[in-house]
Amino acid sequence: MGKPTKQRRKGQVADRAKGSSGAGTALVKNNPFEVKVNKQKFNILGRRTKHDVGLPGISRSKAVKKRTQTLLKEYKEREKSNVFKDKRFGEYNTKISPEEKMMKRFTLERQQNHEKKSIYNLNEDDELTHYGQSLADIEKLNDVIDSDSDTEERGILSAELTAAHFGGGGGLLRRKALTGEQDEEEEKPKSRKELIEELIAKSKQEKRERQTQRESALELTEKLDTNWKEIQTLLSHKTPKSERKVKEEEKPKPDEYDMIVRELGFEMKAQPSDRMKTEEELAKEEQERLQKLEADRLRRMHGKDEQENKKKPKHMSADDLADGFILDKDDRRLLSYKGGKLSVGNDEEEGGNEEEEGESEEESEGEPGGEDEEEAIVEEDDATDSPSDLESDMGSEEEVTANEEQKEKHKGNEERLQSEEEQNAKIEAARSELPYTFTVPESYEKLKSLLFGRIVEEQLVILERIQKCNHPSLAVGNKAKLEKLFGFLLEYIGELATVEPPELKTIDKLVLPLYSLCQMFPEAASNSVKLVLQDAAHDMQEMIEVKGRATFPGLDMLIYLKITAILFPTSDFWHPVVTPALVYMSQLLTKCQVMTLQDVVKGLFVCCLFLEYVSLSQRFIPELINFIVGILHLSIPQKRPHGYILVHPFRPAGKNSELLLVSDKKDMETWKKQNLPLSIVTRLKESSKTEMNHFRLSCLAVCLDLIKKCAALYESLSSFHEIMQPIRVLLTEHIPVSEYPEQLQELYQNALKELEDKGKHYTPLVCEKKKPVPLKLYMPKIVKVLEFGRKQGGSKEEQERKRLIHKHKREFKGAVREIRKDNQFLARMQLSEIMERDSDRKRKVKNLFNSLATQEGEWKAMKRKKFKN
Amino acid sequence: MAQPGQSVAAALASSLESVLRSRGSANRVFEILELLQVDEEDVILCAIRTCSRLFGALLERGDLFVGQLPEEETSLTDNYSAEDKYKIWMRHRYNSCVNCLVELMGHESFQVKELSLVTLMKFVELEGKYPLVKAEWKGSFSFPRELLKVSVVENLMPCEEDSSLLISRFQEYLEYDDIRYFVMKAVAENIGQLMQKTKEVPLPVYQQNVFSLISSISMPSQESEVVNFMVKQANQEEWKVSKLKVTLHLIIVFNVMFPPSQLPTGLYKKVLVILHDSILPHLNEPTLMIDFLTVAYDIGGAISLLALNGLFVLIHQHNLEYPDFYKKLYSLLDPSIYHVKYRARFFHLADLFLSSSHLPAYLVAAFIKRLSRLALTAPPQALLMVIPFICNLFRRHPACKVLVHKPGGSEDLSEDPYIMDEEEPSESRALESSLWELQTLQSHYHPDVAQAAAVVNQSLSELEDDVSELLELSAYELFDRELKKKATSVPLEFEQVRGLFGKKDDLFAEHFALE
Repeated sequence: MGKPTKQRRKGQVADRAKGSSGAGTALVKNNPFEVKVNKQKFNILGRRTKHDVGLPGISRSKAVKKRTQTLLKEYKEREKSNVFKDKRFGEYNTKISPEEKMMKRFTLERQQNHEKKSIYNLNEDDELTHYGQSLADIEKLNDVIDSDSDTEERGILSAELTAAHFGGGGGLLRRKALTGEQDEEEEKPKSRKELIEELIAKSKQEKRERQTQRESALELTEKLDTNWKEIQTLLSHKTPKSERKVKEEEKPKPDEYDMIVRELGFEMKAQPSDRMKTEEELAKEEQERLQKLEADRLRRMHGKDEQENKKKPKHMSADDLADGFILDKDDRRLLSYKGGKLSVGNDEEEGGNEEEEGESEEESEGEPGGEDEEEAIVEEDDATDSPSDLESDMGSEEEVTANEEQKEKHKGNEERLQSEEEQNAKIEAARSELPYTFTVPESYEKLKSLLFGRIVEEQLVILERIQKCNHPSLAVGNKAKLEKLFGFLLEYIGELATVEPPELKTIDKLVLPLYSLCQMFPEAASNSVKLVLQDAAHDMQEMIEVKGRATFPGLDMLIYLKITAILFPTSDFWHPVVTPALVYMSQLLTKCQVMTLQDVVKGLFVCCLFLEYVSLSQRFIPELINFIVGILHLSIPQKRPHGYILVHPFRPAGKNSELLLVSDKKDMETWKKQNLPLSIVTRLKESSKTEMNHFRLSCLAVCLDLIKKCAALYESLSSFHEIMQPIRVLLTEHIPVSEYPEQLQELYQNALKELEDKGKHYTPLVCEKKKPVPLKLYMPKIVKVLEFGRKQGGSKEEQERKRLIHKHKREFKGAVREIRKDNQFLARMQLSEIMERDSDRKRKVKNLFNSLATQEGEWKAMKRKKFKN
Repeated sequence: MAQPGQSVAAALASSLESVLRSRGSANRVFEILELLQVDEEDVILCAIRTCSRLFGALLERGDLFVGQLPEEETSLTDNYSAEDKYKIWMRHRYNSCVNCLVELMGHESFQVKELSLVTLMKFVELEGKYPLVKAEWKGSFSFPRELLKVSVVENLMPCEEDSSLLISRFQEYLEYDDIRYFVMKAVAENIGQLMQKTKEVPLPVYQQNVFSLISSISMPSQESEVVNFMVKQANQEEWKVSKLKVTLHLIIVFNVMFPPSQLPTGLYKKVLVILHDSILPHLNEPTLMIDFLTVAYDIGGAISLLALNGLFVLIHQHNLEYPDFYKKLYSLLDPSIYHVKYRARFFHLADLFLSSSHLPAYLVAAFIKRLSRLALTAPPQALLMVIPFICNLFRRHPACKVLVHKPGGSEDLSEDPYIMDEEEPSESRALESSLWELQTLQSHYHPDVAQAAAVVNQSLSELEDDVSELLELSAYELFDRELKKKATSVPLEFEQVRGLFGKKDDLFAEHFALE
């Protein structure tokens, strides 16, 4: 038994104590024999005792009473199968108040009656009336009654009316009774029909009266109006405000001024907007953004908190992706870039690049920029950096003075502006010729047919328009479509790289839309690049399994790897796309045989890729060093590897081991440093012998430059000298430097200087200090006691379980006790029944005996009498 | 061609039938035997089949003379019964047929070769069942050794051409224990004869053939499995006892016929690859292989790596004492160990050899230092294996921990004290050095490698890493693993792109042109 029941019982007991012994509450309270006191052993302060006093007699009698109400009833009806059911509405529903219950019952009854009426009551074909007229008639006569006329009375139902319409006979009768009281001489017997007629007549009369009243009022107002107009002319100059307002409202045509005022009122109020940002502020913002991104990149580079980096990185703002106008910006940049491309003879020093770039940007935007400003931007500026500068840089290594630089810069810029215009015109032409909307191609073939054969500008415009027309914010399916477009574009680029000759210029431009698509859909882009990588790696693995060795992949794969570096940050400690790409490149350098000059070029390309990938993170690549050693080995005349050891793809001797050896003196002399054209990868066979030799020397030049870069990059590594040892040996002891042309010798010296310069520092390693393990302390375990008397310890679940077990036990005991008491009660009942029956029988028997005795007595008395007589 | 072929087949069938039906028409055998020597391939094939059926039937019937065969001419004059005369005559025909088949084994067509081989093996089987030699005593084991040796084995190992195809066909017969045993014997004898004859090293082709024949022999691992006889014998139990273990013969094969110096490298490697697990356990006296293995171990390079395995078995199970074993092992460490195919095998063994806790610290330190020095040229998959390997060495030999933890000597050194070129581990001054190589590898481009290398910074846990799974890690697996990692987000490059080579300070723009 729960607490509440007990409490309630107690309360009830108290009630009863009050109620039962009207004046004798004191009696109950004072009767010490009725009260059982539960003695407490200790008095605990603060503990509220519930059961210190019990009233056993009262509670027993209460229990008995309850049982007689429930159990006894059940017992008595145990052999009866018919049940009495009360189906009256809401009889057992205590939630409804009695009044409501009655109302509901009444309406139900009415409803029943109503339905029955419509079926059986034939007299009742009453038509609906309004003011005593049939509604059907009213409809025909089209608003005879002026509905306006009785606006005042609408909604007010007079007692008579309601009584007449809805009240049935009762109301009328009552009213009649009342009236009867008033005028007694009125003859009492008046039939219902008469009454109704009377009522109707009365109401009609009332109505007529009202109508006449209103008509007269109307007449009066009209009259007033006419009078007023006459007076108005006199008062026209000094109309009071209120009057004017009325007039204005009456005026149907709004004033023009008014309209304007309204319009202005409804118009959105101009928000207090940000002021236009100045150049400095913009630059600063940009700088801050880039700094943030850079910090982000550094964090990823060190591989810290990879888990923490859950939120999506925001690489937005510069090309805000949400609005879908990315390419506008790109185009602008593109222009200046292209301008740079076309301008020739623009020789500049490497160091001047950054400054130059800042200025060129400003000028291309048509804003004269001060020197002070640009210095602030220089560091983080990522704007138009024309590769043409870089390209043209390589021609000259010599120092150029700052003045010359300036001059040439101006010249170059002028030319750039000119060519920019040309370019602009070209693009405009492309824009105007092409249709404005494009659907996203569903398959690669469609994209190809759309782009192939067009000039680069047109292709770009098409791609831009595809993106704009199908921006994800415009329709639901666009996202998926554009995601697919990335894959198709990638494939298209791959195909462009495989055609003969490879359309590298086109690829160069197509990278831009690829980049913007990638910014929009990083997931999809990474997936498609990963797919490409996976295919390539799978192909290579198959080749190794079948042939035992692999060959370098085609130009398309190299381009893909380069694109990966463009699209994704390569400096991350771990990156879902870049890391597999690195592993793949490592495989390229360790598994692929170098058998031709093309292989050398491809290998060097991969080396450059490797270096570019790790240029920021400065990570160590053993394969790169191995490969460079192998390439250098290819260029030395006498094949005795001494002081260095070649690893897998290279062999100390073999048919391809003199791939880079140039013996022709004339070719040596005629060689000039040039960039290796990538198309060499696909068509080398056509070149002449001299060209081949030149290519060889160029490869060597690349190789030497790579060594220089590597040396700069790995300078900080603790075993730098061990890493570079084989290269140093090769350079100093084996390479026939003296035979090489001057430029190459210079490169050689640079590389060697870079290698030799580094100092040797070896600091013995020391482990990180281990945290001292705290000693075990034998102190008492202190547990906070939240509530006394309650079991502590154990987890929350355990406590809950214990509580439930305890509760169950208590309930079980209570139930058993109740059942036992029920049985006792029943047994008592049965006993009393039996006793009653017995006593009944006894009484009856006694009666019988009595009657018999009297009979007998009478009979004897008679006999005696007779005998006497 | 088809027409004559069919007619020939019909003729052969008719002559076969007549020969088998009556002895009177026995002379028609010649018709069949003649056809074995014609040029057309189809006809030969047909004839071989016919011969096979004919003599097969005759053998089963017992129509061939049993015992010492008299000369054909003498038999005709001597007083044999007509029955015997027929049998002797038929036996001669059988012999000539066998000779023909042996010749055909050298035919240029593989089909002919194969069919002759199969036919000969059928004869071998039938002869075993119905011996043509009189049993000397009851219960002796009769097996047509001569036939097998002369006809089959010798032809399987010609000196001029590669017969590996035929050998692979022959492999199914090697399932039978008796055949295997006798083939082995015959091979040994054959080699002996050849060596005596030529007095010099056999040709590489011949070596190749012998090897492929031997390597196709798969030994039963348990004696109880030896129940699979081609020729069922009455007294198999005795045979089991006598063991079909190959004995001395093979050692002769290896020591005499494969003098390591002249063995071609490819074959040498092949021999060594199978040596430890399919040959050594079946030798009665494996210690005789010591010479072979030590020579191989001294050669260096991949061959040494492979010989290591056989050597290990000998050291481990047969108490071989190998002087300067660790020095030799130390000298085996060169950059190629991370690149060769047998990398897993080598490191598995190296792990075993270096697991002994009785090794001196300087030795283990030298190994650690050398391994890590070489790791500067290793591909990532090898690095992922070797770094835990080195960590395990540290755990086993705590004295080596000075390599990663040297709290006292804080002054800078101008040179790494370790001497890489020193052959002798004790002289290499490895204990004075530190593992700067692993520190370098902490900035390896592969994240897993960098993480693995970072372990040396902390104090190592007690439990050893399990290297065995990493031993076989291939580059492609590594790639696949990377690709399958789930990424929560894909960071993007924020630097605005301006073309393929359009980055700031782009390396490519300096070296390559988009032409």
